[in-house]
Amino acid sequence: MMRADLQRIHDWVPQGARVLDLGCGDGTLLAALAESKNVTGYGLEIDPEGITACLARGVNVIEQNLDAGLANFEDDACDLVVMTQALQALRRPDRMLDEMLRVAGECIITFPNFAYWRHRAYLGLRGYMPVSKSLPHAWYDTPNIHLSTFNDFEQLCRDKGLVIVDRAVGVGSRGGNWASRHWPNLFGEIAIFRVTRR
Amino acid sequence: MTELPRDSVGLVTPQTAHFDDPLDLACGRTLPAYDLVYETYGTLNAEGTNAVLICHALSGHHHAAGYHAQDDRKPGWWDAHIGPGKSIDTDRFFVISLNNLGGCHGSTGPTSANPETDTAWGPDFPMMTVIDWVHSQARLADRLGIARFAAVVGGSLGGMQALQWSLTYPERVAHAAVIAATPKLSAQNIAFNEVARQAIRSDPEFFEGHYAEHDALPRRGLKLARMVGHITYLSEDAMGSKFGRDLRSDDFNFGYDVEFQVESYLRYQGDAFSTSFDANTYLLMTKALDYFDPAAAHGGDLAAALAPAECPFLVVSFTSDWRFPPSRSKELANALVRAGKAVSYANIDSPHGHDAFLLPEPRYQAVFAAFMERVARDQGLEDRS
Repeated sequence: MMRADLQRIHDWVPQGARVLDLGCGDGTLLAALAESKNVTGYGLEIDPEGITACLARGVNVIEQNLDAGLANFEDDACDLVVMTQALQALRRPDRMLDEMLRVAGECIITFPNFAYWRHRAYLGLRGYMPVSKSLPHAWYDTPNIHLSTFNDFEQLCRDKGLVIVDRAVGVGSRGGNWASRHWPNLFGEIAIFRVTRR
Repeated sequence: MTELPRDSVGLVTPQTAHFDDPLDLACGRTLPAYDLVYETYGTLNAEGTNAVLICHALSGHHHAAGYHAQDDRKPGWWDAHIGPGKSIDTDRFFVISLNNLGGCHGSTGPTSANPETDTAWGPDFPMMTVIDWVHSQARLADRLGIARFAAVVGGSLGGMQALQWSLTYPERVAHAAVIAATPKLSAQNIAFNEVARQAIRSDPEFFEGHYAEHDALPRRGLKLARMVGHITYLSEDAMGSKFGRDLRSDDFNFGYDVEFQVESYLRYQGDAFSTSFDANTYLLMTKALDYFDPAAAHGGDLAAALAPAECPFLVVSFTSDWRFPPSRSKELANALVRAGKAVSYANIDSPHGHDAFLLPEPRYQAVFAAFMERVARDQGLEDRS
């Protein structure tokens, strides 16, 4: 059983695509895509346990810090770049977005939506930094240094002149419901975007 | 030692394979006949799909794992990674480790007799290159009935052989592990090798390589060469934590005898090596390192040079290795990515410098074992653990 955002990405990836998975973790997504969609590609990861898990699965994994950029990948080196739940931990998410769309024509990005109603309630009513399933860390030890909202990301894409081909939300371990589809910024816990160059 | 460790391959006996087919070499000369000394661990399966070739480094040899005698003080040089339940699990894999041509541990080399003159080859032994070794190893594989290796594995100069295998015999390599290696030596690497060679060649006992005929040994030169080499195998931190500025006695002696512990260590290493290793072999091995550069034939384009490879690669480096630093392994991994090859790369945090590839380190072992697990699965080897 895959995480809701991974399931959604899995459905979006075309057969036989060359995929780069940034922050690929234990290689679950790439292994599933290789199995069901004949996808080839590489995962980038810095967590030693994730790298070992990828190796055991036979997923190509490169130990690489995403903050150092993707200079080792040529322009249009692959069809699709995926980044799940890592954008908010990068030093410059905007520059990474440029890099992703240099390496491939299309990218899929997921991140925790800071404007999710539970997060708003946590901060707005209780007065504490939100801690939830999608934001499990305390403010002092969180790797998430660039939290944003569904709306923020759409704004960034507009500013950069990028095309949002598809967007979806995840709530808990499920995909969205009717409320999160209508008001994703309020009811979507995980934001999922599919973006291309213009 | 009275009882051998349970995770050891146990007592092993080197074997010799003789070859009468002349071997054409990269230098333009031909080796008319030769012997290869090798050891094997584990059992070759009926399908011949579980063979792993171990390629050795500069001063290595065929004795990679296990013990030659019950009272051996030390096991083979890669015993940390080869044995039952270890990264290269001999319960699953059939492991072959040989002494390369030009070596001084039993395979034909400068100390062997030249059939044309009936005296030792000495400095007249032909210059060997990585590709020559790969060809000779392929013949040994033929002899042992191995059409295709499940994996070819090596560290340092051994890693270069694993890489060369994937290019020269792509159809015979199912996986390759290239550990603490480099796609080519840097000017600094070559410079260190040259200092080592000059140390040997300027020893009055060297006699232009004909020391055997003069009943001499260039011990001082070989010792110096090893001392210089050894500095490049360790990291500054490893030396610092091992020796610091510790003195052998309480105070300075204001002389040139050994005072600091690090001096004592280097001299000891050099002395031990100078009587156990052949100077002509050392010279030849350093040249093989210098010459290795698969990209050269492709105008320096490493990705183009890697085009023939078909196997998935594991590339491993160690953070404190300054002989072949992580940047060189990264360069190889990046070129493999550019060439569209299946590759994984891990940079292991270790304080032990270049020597780290020989040592057990939990993350290194986890990475290596995970890759070999995948090799076993790809080869359809049943899980016997």
